[in-house]
Amino acid sequence: MIADWPILSLTVWLPIIGGFMVLASGDREANATKWTALTIAVLTFIVSLPLWFAFDSTTAQMQFVERVPWVPAFNVEYYMGIDGISMPLIILTTFITPLVVIAGWEVIKFRPSQYMAAFLIMEGVMVGVFSALDAMLFYVFWEAMLIPMFLIIGVWGGENRVYATIKFFLYTFFGSVFMLVALIYMYFQSGSFDILGFHTLKLGLTEQILIFIAFLMAFAVKVPMWPVHTWLPDAHVEAPTGGSVILAAIMLKIGGYGFLRFSLPITPDASHTLDWLIIGMSLIAVVYIGFVALIQQDMKKLIAYSSIAHMGFVTLGFFIIFIINQNNAGSGAALGVQGGMVQMVSHGFISAALFLCVGVLYDRLHSRQINDYGGVVNTMPIFAAFMVFFAMANAGLPGTSGFVGEFMVILASFRADFWYAFLAATTLIIGAAYTLWMVKRVIFGEVTNEGVATLKDMNNREFIVLGTLAAAVLLLGLWPAPLVEVMDASVNNLLQHISVSKL
Amino acid sequence: MQFDSTQLIPVLPEISLLTLACVVLVVDLFIREEQRIISYGISQVGLILTLLITILVSQPTTQILFDGSYIRDPMSDLLKVGILLITFLAFLYAKDYLRDRGLFKGEFYTLGLFAVLGMMIMTSANSFLTIYLGLELLALCLYALVAFNRNSPQGAEAAMKYFVLGALASGMLLYGISMIYGATGTLRFDELAQVVDKGDMNQLVMIFGVVFLVIGLAFKLGAVPFHMWVPDVYHGAPTAVTLFIGSAPKIAAFALAMRLLVDGLADLHGGWEGWQGMLIILAVLSMGIGNLIAIAQTNIKRMLAYSTISHVGFILLGILAGTKEGYTAAMFYTLVYALMSAGGFGVVIALSRKGFEAENLDDFKGLNQRNPWFAGMMLLLMFSMAGVPPTVGFFAKLFVLDAVVSVDLTWLALVGVFFSIIGAFYYIRVIKIMYFDKPTDESPITVGMDTQVVLSLNGLAMLFLGLFPAGLLSLCSNAIGN
Repeated sequence: MIADWPILSLTVWLPIIGGFMVLASGDREANATKWTALTIAVLTFIVSLPLWFAFDSTTAQMQFVERVPWVPAFNVEYYMGIDGISMPLIILTTFITPLVVIAGWEVIKFRPSQYMAAFLIMEGVMVGVFSALDAMLFYVFWEAMLIPMFLIIGVWGGENRVYATIKFFLYTFFGSVFMLVALIYMYFQSGSFDILGFHTLKLGLTEQILIFIAFLMAFAVKVPMWPVHTWLPDAHVEAPTGGSVILAAIMLKIGGYGFLRFSLPITPDASHTLDWLIIGMSLIAVVYIGFVALIQQDMKKLIAYSSIAHMGFVTLGFFIIFIINQNNAGSGAALGVQGGMVQMVSHGFISAALFLCVGVLYDRLHSRQINDYGGVVNTMPIFAAFMVFFAMANAGLPGTSGFVGEFMVILASFRADFWYAFLAATTLIIGAAYTLWMVKRVIFGEVTNEGVATLKDMNNREFIVLGTLAAAVLLLGLWPAPLVEVMDASVNNLLQHISVSKL
Repeated sequence: MQFDSTQLIPVLPEISLLTLACVVLVVDLFIREEQRIISYGISQVGLILTLLITILVSQPTTQILFDGSYIRDPMSDLLKVGILLITFLAFLYAKDYLRDRGLFKGEFYTLGLFAVLGMMIMTSANSFLTIYLGLELLALCLYALVAFNRNSPQGAEAAMKYFVLGALASGMLLYGISMIYGATGTLRFDELAQVVDKGDMNQLVMIFGVVFLVIGLAFKLGAVPFHMWVPDVYHGAPTAVTLFIGSAPKIAAFALAMRLLVDGLADLHGGWEGWQGMLIILAVLSMGIGNLIAIAQTNIKRMLAYSTISHVGFILLGILAGTKEGYTAAMFYTLVYALMSAGGFGVVIALSRKGFEAENLDDFKGLNQRNPWFAGMMLLLMFSMAGVPPTVGFFAKLFVLDAVVSVDLTWLALVGVFFSIIGAFYYIRVIKIMYFDKPTDESPITVGMDTQVVLSLNGLAMLFLGLFPAGLLSLCSNAIGN
């Protein structure tokens, strides 16, 4: 049986060990190093595919489980497994990483081996975050993720990179240490660090609220939710293209995943009590941050703010369920969570693609300012087609993956409260406004300056990367059923679990 | 007092070390300046030999010898192994540094070995008298070592400060000991524990004594508000000596705390009236002030000094929990910290060369471009000190926090993690300087092969122990016993 093989461990450790190999090989044979890195990334993707094909979507049980003691004195285990919630995110991770490696191929001149190694190690660690079922193992991966990202932004970033990367590190570190205390507290209540054990742990309301807040600090910073989002625009603007892609496509999803794996099932009553808080913060993110995005002059900053707004949809979908359940609106709750999940995967593709598009322009003219462009379509028609397509997807055009998630969440919101849905739906207008206005100013119109006039269209490397992502966006937009089916059992199980009070 | 020659077997490590120190002292008289490497060789071989003897005579039972003034138990065995190993590292890193500066003298090794002997006696003390002897032997050697570079006014100043404050601390400790002796009539820790258990003593005098005892201890550990000597000594001493002072004696100081507070006064632990309350104050202040002031430092030796103070706060957290898990966690933390500290100063030494001390943070600029390997090792050490997984520093903190939460002091754990966030800032600033800044100093880094290999092992140990912390933890747990 393929499900008995340690596929998860392989997916985690292959890129990490490969990353160290790349690191050790140094920069003397830069080309060979890059090819090694790409091979490892692709190999990891292939290795991770059985997780999808051999996945049994009829059950909410954890699959591909691996469990060995790690620190017996504290009952910490090397315990990994996946369900329908974590599996798509793992595949997303292994899918995006090779693209990032390709995207950095010629662009990175300074110590390419370290650059590639950082991304590979990061890939393994992120897969580890999604697959860990032991809270300590989760925490180790969660924090370990900071180290490569810290270096990626700091070493290969833009002018103001040091400020951005230290802000990024301290914000996330600050958010997560309180989660650590909460985890330790629960360890003493339940006797182990088993996350599934935490799910069934009885907790009083005050305890739940404190634990919920500790988790919220960790996950809200990661997602990021208003008002702790301010690190994200800085980090995105300064990060190299690959760093932005990983940050937007995967690291933000880890926050959303955390809500599903920890906050909701461990503290359902606190989540219910405080759902107004999260819903409020999400709606502010959707509406207010949308307006903030509108006035941005820097393309990367604009996409960064748009990411915050889109992630607001995710958290809205996750927490609207309590109101839907109160209204007894049946399957609406599942729609909210699934919509949030689809939105996460879809945003993974779209934001990655948009950052790569900006990267394509930046590599040529070394500017991210919207005003420095204009009329790009005249010199780069193929690129313009891609950029317009991804912008449409970002604005939620039907037929693209961006539409599916937003639509599901809005539908779910309607069953909760008309005004929530109304506010959420404004994003369709605001989102279209800021994305399309940016596209109009960058892509269309007359060629405004000499720089744009000298632009060359995309090369094969860039075409492959963007083409792959475009296919993914289109596929998920036209046929989201496989993704929804895969998570169906797990989501329903989660909802059933939440509906039972722990008090 | 009966004398039985089998009683000497458990003290073989001390005997071997004493012999070794004397041999170095004598041999060094007869060798020429350029043969000084012989003294170094004898010391290192002797340390390894003593290490092996320590392991050979170790056993799972407890032996109390010499009329109750000496104890050999699993804890002393493990701590001695730690002390010897760290000293071996310290001597190895120090060698090239001393040679380049004309400080390559036999006295360094003689003093160092006597200091180690002092530490081992402290570790194995079972009475106030023995522990005081060990402590003074260690302290006197360290005073001399700090002033080892005679031409350095800073060194002389630091030694003077260290000596005066150290003498004061010893006075406090002795005063506390005399009070406790007055209240209980015994100097032996095991008898003391029985008396305290019965409550057959004058409470007021006893509490008075404990307060002075804890003050003396805090001085030796360098806990706030008795930390004033630490930055000056770390800064003023030659880096090789700082490396030694900053690593192995921490293990001995941990032993001191365990013997005094846990072996002798465990029953006076509880609440704010007992020593737990005093340690809580010391720990919170140490973590707070250590981490905050470290941010303002531009000299890496001073920065590491304040970082030591904050780490001591964490070690105290483990001890004050007052459970077996707490002591285990504190021991794990101490051993790991000694290793981190040795590695950190090892890198500082590796970057220094003849006529140049890599003392300022700016000297680390662009290290990743000059020497990516050392930069990588320093990265691991710094993340480990900051407590970021997957390095072992995280587990050290985790175990301590575990212990603190288990005795319902969750608020203290929150204070601890809060200050680690502040602490993370200055550790990652070092990484920022190494990785993100352009180098100002392009001269090549020349380091002996032995240092390179050992320093690499030291750095990688952070990662290895971080991935597999269970082994060291169970060693510590066995050493603490019940």
